[in-house]
Amino acid sequence: MKTDITGAVAVVGGGIAGVQASLDLANSGYKVYLIESGPTIGGKMAQLDKTFPTSDCAACILSPKLVEASRHPNIELLTYSEVLAIDGVAGDFTVKIKKKSRYVDETKCTGCGDCIEKCPKKVSDGFNEGLAPRKAIYLSFPQAVPRIMTIDPENCIYLSKGKCGNCAKVCKRGAIDYAQKDQKLSLKAGAVILAAGFEAFNPKGLEAYRPEHPDVVTSLQFERLLNASGPYHGHLQTSKGTEPKKIAFIQCVGSRNQKLSKKYCSSVCCMYAVKQAVIAKEHDPEIECAIFNIDIRAFGKGFEEFYQRARNEKKVRFIRSRPSCVEANPLKGELRIPYENEDGSIAHEEFDMVVLSIGIGASESGKELARLAGVGLTGAGFINTSIENPMSTNRPGIFAAGAVQGPKDIPDTVAQASGAAAKAGALLSPARGTLESKKEFPPEKAVAGEPKVGVVVCQCGTNIGGFVNVPEVVSYANTLKNVAVAREEMYACSEDAQERIKEMIAEHGLNRVLVASCTPRTHEPLFQESCRAAGLNPYLFELVNIREHCSWIHQQEPEKATEKAKDIVRMGVSRVRCLAPLYKQELSLGHNALVLGGGISGLHAALEIAENEFEVLLVEKEPELGGLLRDITALQDGRKTGKILLPLLEKVRAHPLITVMTGSELIEVNGSVGNFKGRVRDREDREQEVSFAVAVLATGAEELSPAGYFSYGEFPNIITQSELEAELEGDFKAKHVVMVQCAGSRNKERPYCSRVCCITAVKNALRIKERDPSVIVHVLYREMRTYGAWEELYSRARAAGVRFIAYSDTRLPWIGENEVRVYDEITGFDLEIEADLIVLSAPLVAPASNRQIAPMFKVPLDSNGFFLEVHIKLRPVDFATEGVFLCGTAQAPKLVDESIAQAAAAASRACTILSRKSLESSAVISKVDTELCVGCGACEKVCPYGAISLTEVLLQKQGVFYKAKKSGINPALCKGCGACAMSCPTGALDQQHFKNDQLLAQVKDVFTYSEEVR
Amino acid sequence: MEPEKTEISKSWEPRIVMFCCNWCSYAGADGAGIGRFQQPASMRIIRVMCSSRVDPVHVFSAFLEGADAVLITGCHLGDCHYINGNEKTLVKFNFMRSMLKELGLEEERLQLNWISASEGEKFAEVVRMVTEQVRQLGPSVLKPEGVA
Ligand code: FES
Repeated sequence: MKTDITGAVAVVGGGIAGVQASLDLANSGYKVYLIESGPTIGGKMAQLDKTFPTSDCAACILSPKLVEASRHPNIELLTYSEVLAIDGVAGDFTVKIKKKSRYVDETKCTGCGDCIEKCPKKVSDGFNEGLAPRKAIYLSFPQAVPRIMTIDPENCIYLSKGKCGNCAKVCKRGAIDYAQKDQKLSLKAGAVILAAGFEAFNPKGLEAYRPEHPDVVTSLQFERLLNASGPYHGHLQTSKGTEPKKIAFIQCVGSRNQKLSKKYCSSVCCMYAVKQAVIAKEHDPEIECAIFNIDIRAFGKGFEEFYQRARNEKKVRFIRSRPSCVEANPLKGELRIPYENEDGSIAHEEFDMVVLSIGIGASESGKELARLAGVGLTGAGFINTSIENPMSTNRPGIFAAGAVQGPKDIPDTVAQASGAAAKAGALLSPARGTLESKKEFPPEKAVAGEPKVGVVVCQCGTNIGGFVNVPEVVSYANTLKNVAVAREEMYACSEDAQERIKEMIAEHGLNRVLVASCTPRTHEPLFQESCRAAGLNPYLFELVNIREHCSWIHQQEPEKATEKAKDIVRMGVSRVRCLAPLYKQELSLGHNALVLGGGISGLHAALEIAENEFEVLLVEKEPELGGLLRDITALQDGRKTGKILLPLLEKVRAHPLITVMTGSELIEVNGSVGNFKGRVRDREDREQEVSFAVAVLATGAEELSPAGYFSYGEFPNIITQSELEAELEGDFKAKHVVMVQCAGSRNKERPYCSRVCCITAVKNALRIKERDPSVIVHVLYREMRTYGAWEELYSRARAAGVRFIAYSDTRLPWIGENEVRVYDEITGFDLEIEADLIVLSAPLVAPASNRQIAPMFKVPLDSNGFFLEVHIKLRPVDFATEGVFLCGTAQAPKLVDESIAQAAAAASRACTILSRKSLESSAVISKVDTELCVGCGACEKVCPYGAISLTEVLLQKQGVFYKAKKSGINPALCKGCGACAMSCPTGALDQQHFKNDQLLAQVKDVFTYSEEVR
Repeated sequence: MEPEKTEISKSWEPRIVMFCCNWCSYAGADGAGIGRFQQPASMRIIRVMCSSRVDPVHVFSAFLEGADAVLITGCHLGDCHYINGNEKTLVKFNFMRSMLKELGLEEERLQLNWISASEGEKFAEVVRMVTEQVRQLGPSVLKPEGVA
């Protein structure tokens, strides 16, 4: 049976979900086919300007992942390819795909763009949402991966009329192939991950909002307008070319809308609108932004804080009204929005621009893919999954990740993608490593003696050659000391140029290579690999940038550009002369994991890791497993919690690779990734040594006891939601129930939103109504945050007669024993409500024990006491400390299915380390010269990673024995920033590859010296 | 303003040594190129992994070799790829600035700026601004004879 399993996974969809799943699997020993229907990977995220709530530049954080995916030896990119069929069974699928013709030879195109310049046909650019033109031959966006042109056959003059042919004429590489045909391929894969993303709602049909008006734009168009590589280079402007002074954002366009049968909430629009308003105001603080909304759903980590800053500091206006239309003045074209004020009066307000916050919808192609894959869909057209299995479809071996499964933001998408990778990995674990490819290299040559430098100067078509006199730079390079050969290349990065570089190294016996072309941030690894293939240590290579940093920015001054290029080459040569070979250190590692916390997240993390065939030690401080879920009696979908918890507990207890230690606490941790050591203490104070390679922190959260809020503790009939959960399973007798949301959150003390309480309240209100429809239930809320598919619960509760009353944080409800008084924000009435049971929705808070755990693992907490991941967007379950991961409510409050997805994600990330045979330290780290070290400890203090420690050594000098402190670096922890080198007073510490002499050589060669001085 | 200085400032291109951290400001410089934001050809960039690598030795040798100014750039505070390297840079920068006076150099000859990977246009703006300031100051008094 095992021999039938294919150790490869087909990932369908090249957005951030597909890329993340692919990288995790490729790093865990599986072959991956990443299939994308468009010409480039990157998906919707590539179109975004910034991401909330950190305003990170989307392209900057995305690009490295795209490059990594394209370079990975285990990932085969199949762009511009469509799935035709998925046959077979779990472990052994056959995926048939069609590779569409680009009319461009992928092996020859270098992405120089000469063809684009000469293409006479302009068409509307989909990447810029139709706001700018592109050519019939195009690259989707500047950082497109792969960087290969595509001809759009409908618009190409040659392909449609047989005339033109300009691109073929200008392409110096002969890459254009008008006769190219579609190709059919058949792939073997053990599992399939569907990550086809979503389709943004098209507002065309909503005529009342005037989507055809040039200044009524969709939120995606607005992203492009804000973006520096967008249609106006990031200068926000209206269709008249003027700067907008007033911008309106209309929320829930294509979501929370029964009429359009988009009953769900798209989850992301509130936050992206807040972000867009903030960025617009950063472009010009004079711009006034107003967001028309029903509720602002700022439920994620850091969202509420961002929202409050937008409101209070950035003065973004939030208007609680859903406008029914946008009016346009037929003469002047101005836009006007009529809306209802809080006092019920109608206001009219003019705006220069209106942004429609369009929702996330199921795409036609996603639905078609689901049909081909034979997986079920929800009513809204998303892939159907269950709470306990948020990545699994109804067809075994086929998993779902990202927005194809339902609206979600980037971190949730990334988590789910990693989670799907864990699931696929577990399924295929007997075949792990069977299809893995490794790059093989010849032995390295010795490089002692005089440096012999080879210099290659790139023309980059006309990109460099058009402004810098390349032949002049080449002959100058030939005059420099130690340069054995200098040459030019039309495209230094092309495949054939790589071959020539290898030949050049052999022919001239080179021991150093300098290429002057574009940025090392993207291209260094390519050249390093070529050098390595020619037997040269990759650290003897240097790439200097004469394109971005020279030819492109001095286009009017070719002479100065040429002089500068010479300087850059001279500086590079003097640096490359001092470079030394470097090696990554192989570090041994264990292959087991510690999971801290036995709640739903910890249980799932442990199970996923064990299913991937690695040993797990699960440590829980309570005597019982189950965590928070033991107090919750029903899930959001109405099923009893025991339905999912009991089988899970059973599986974990029975799993041969999982050891459970309940009633135990971790009290000490030492070591680093691959080799952690710790001590665990049980209730009887017995201690035990444990060792583990990686750790997953799943320590959960707890419900706040809301003492001091809304009279809690004063009367016995004021309880919390979790107390209500228990009552609902017993004898529940109340007739008049009032629930109060945000009891202890979204205030000064706890500024965050606890995310789950609105959904919990609605769920419990429905449970009450189901038991006895005559019970009167009121929910007093600030903003109902029933995001995603759970919006339907909210609609159902309203239909069932649950009354929702909005209160404001400036006028809190008054709670008595049998009565609640509240000012209704929306109607403006003071209400008195009879109550025999008052239920407070208290937030989830971080357990105090986090403060002990965080320093043990050297990981940070956020200002609310939850663990803080390394990157809120793209690395939601990783810490900066390698080998330590987090998941579930330890990171922030979240729902059961979200916790499970994150748990699987943490497991997947852990498996990328556990599946390695050995660990590699980075080569660009610091080293100590013990002779020079005086043991002052400055480096130890300055190191942000705790990689440096002082140890006492016994020395003998001039016949005397004495003790001294010497600094030592743990290569597994050093990340290579070089701060220690700067702090060292004696020069004992130096950063490899950025050594003092290497940097000083560059500094010196910034300048030229006249003959006499020399 | 003295007339000769203006004279100099038109034709003279100062030599400025610029340190960029790999993760933000170097990427910002790339962004400036990609956006074709034109700049004076005054800067010579030295890449380091983090701005916190920049040592006073590098800065002062740049001045001794003939730099008219030194510009250190890194990620925005809070964004450093190495958690808080740039905070250390800031401390060192203040210290180095106080040393400049001792050397007889104007404070403005040493500058610090945070430029993110996405701020190509800002990068160009900073280059223009610093270059203009240094043009006003004229060549550094420490510049050895015969050095360009
Ligand atoms: S990495 Fe940019 S300043 Fe530290």
